[in-house]
Amino acid sequence: MSHKVIVPIGPYHPLQEEPEFFRLHVDGEKVTDIDIIIGYMHRGIEELSEHKHFHQVPYLVERICGICSSSHPYAYVLAIEDILGGEANVVPERALYIRTIVDELQRLHSHLLWLGLAGHFIGYNTVWMWAWRYREPLLDLFEMITGNRNHYGISKIGGVIHDIKDEDIPAIKKAMDDLVPAANMFKGAVMDDPVIHARLKGVGILTKQQAIDWCTVGPTARASGVDIDVRRDDPYGVFDKVKWNVIVEKEGDVFAKAVVRILELYESVGIIRQCLDKMPKGPIDADIKDIPPGEGIGHVEAPRGECFHYVRSDGTNRPVRHKIRAPSYVNIASNKVAAVGQTISDTTITLAAVDPCYCCTERVAVLDKKTDKQVLNGWDLIKLSQEKTEKIKKRMGINV
Amino acid sequence: MNVKLKALTKSIWVFHAACSPCNNCDIEILDLLTPRFDIERLGMVLVGSVRHADALLVTGVPNYKTKERLKILYEQAPKPCVVIAIGNCSCGRVMFRDSYNSPCTVDEVIPVDVYIPGCPPKPEAMIAGVAKLINKLKGK
Amino acid sequence: MEDIISHIRDKLKDSIIKVEEKATPRVYIEFKPENIPEAAEFVFKELGCRMITASGIDTPQGIEILYHFSQDVSGKVISLRTLITNKKSPEIDSIAHIIKGAEWIEREIWELLGVNFKGHPDLRHLLLIDDWPEGKHPLRKDNR
Repeated sequence: MSHKVIVPIGPYHPLQEEPEFFRLHVDGEKVTDIDIIIGYMHRGIEELSEHKHFHQVPYLVERICGICSSSHPYAYVLAIEDILGGEANVVPERALYIRTIVDELQRLHSHLLWLGLAGHFIGYNTVWMWAWRYREPLLDLFEMITGNRNHYGISKIGGVIHDIKDEDIPAIKKAMDDLVPAANMFKGAVMDDPVIHARLKGVGILTKQQAIDWCTVGPTARASGVDIDVRRDDPYGVFDKVKWNVIVEKEGDVFAKAVVRILELYESVGIIRQCLDKMPKGPIDADIKDIPPGEGIGHVEAPRGECFHYVRSDGTNRPVRHKIRAPSYVNIASNKVAAVGQTISDTTITLAAVDPCYCCTERVAVLDKKTDKQVLNGWDLIKLSQEKTEKIKKRMGINV
Repeated sequence: MNVKLKALTKSIWVFHAACSPCNNCDIEILDLLTPRFDIERLGMVLVGSVRHADALLVTGVPNYKTKERLKILYEQAPKPCVVIAIGNCSCGRVMFRDSYNSPCTVDEVIPVDVYIPGCPPKPEAMIAGVAKLINKLKGK
Repeated sequence: MEDIISHIRDKLKDSIIKVEEKATPRVYIEFKPENIPEAAEFVFKELGCRMITASGIDTPQGIEILYHFSQDVSGKVISLRTLITNKKSPEIDSIAHIIKGAEWIEREIWELLGVNFKGHPDLRHLLLIDDWPEGKHPLRKDNR
């Protein structure tokens, strides 16, 4: 007997940062349609930015997202430097290296954060604790370099604000050396664990064509076989001067997304090491005062994908228009195809896989589609979902 | 001292309500649970449902969508319930006060007991803030 | 990769108003509003560019919309520019049926700038509350 219900998830849920509201249309255990309602985070930053001085905007756009808080200011200053004639022509070389190092450190901490949360969503709290434990030394590095654990405030128009001191470099190198064994451990834990294979392989598949149609970016697209990376395609910073690889997987499932992120840890470590060795001495700021009229585009590869800023200047000291496109904007929309056809218990990790991570154990109620009457409360549903997961595991002969 | 309040100071269960923040305060709250800070040793647990919570951790500036939901969350919480505003945004609206989508501060929606400023406050600052709250509740 | 612009010039020469090339790999091509779906389809399907987003801008002349595309092979960012001169009730054809990823951004421009996208499958509020006052668009300069 078909039993069609709507499962509202969110907007408030216990462990995730962003309130988001997913309305799952469910037939039995199968998700047939998904309606994504966002806007719980909308603060009108694009409009606020038009009232700020050009040099004040990096402070504002940094507060778009706390996890990518180097990417947004970086994309904004790239857009301004596009008006001025290109980043490489304006910014001193040492500043380019510092920007690259901070950008990659941010990618490391963001990927570890996602790994931890993904582990938590599939019931591996140990992975969560370990991943976040290895993330702490990276936050200490940020505090050492920029003075803050999370909002770095490193990019400014024409350079960077904080220099990396010579006496700090051994500490950064040591942290990188310590991170590699941790990444090895995660690689082993994910690649060899039969339960993770059973839980993540073939789940939430986004095919290559779907990834292209929905214009997905970053690890979400790269796990589906779309070979794009802004760092290589339109190099900024010093990404064209160091050796690294773009990680691409073909499967498109949650497992592939996890693999892409784990392997990117090694690439980031490599980039930081090369940058520290090659970094020249010199000034870190070009001291730019006025912005000429014009329009500029800046895009960088944030940990979640391409982060895009468009700025128009009319010669005054404020932007006329500042358009921001964060990577999750397109990646969340692709959940519409990735989650359909899954069971409810797999939906959590599928929605989380694009990295606007998500957990759904609270404010969940099952509604009868016809009468809109509540037939199950949240805890019953979670129990059902957990039992289902256990059954799947048992059927596959895996002892947990 | 109120018996209920006294019971509350033993082991505070907190619920995390994000009202359009930038994620950073939220991540630092999650950081509190992980091995380096580990607030569970102090008896604090992050719970999944507001109906189990003794304290609400509010981050961010409420916008029109989250404002209504924050009010509902507070109404659903069992009383007495203390509210902790974490981060500059929820203490005052800072740079978002001119935004078209930010109608009010957190304390205009629900009563706030403790303000922990910072952008984001360090986990140590959050622990210190909660310690001060417990002392206040105990009447010290 | 100079040929991407010549490709576009060859195929759409009747509808192009202006082509601007910057020193950095950024290209701006201006079209009339009615030619945008055709141009977007050509750039997305034939040339294999990825749609990044669209920016709506309130200018004194009218509502300007830029559709940003990225050719990831060469790193070029191609922006299709169009100007809707009717500011009272701006209208343009939707490209959401060609590019699925454009669905959300058209909803966003509709609510923030009041541009009506003809033929959009699901034009409703995305970021703002559902009972946001009608006719009040936050990114319009006259509504500040």
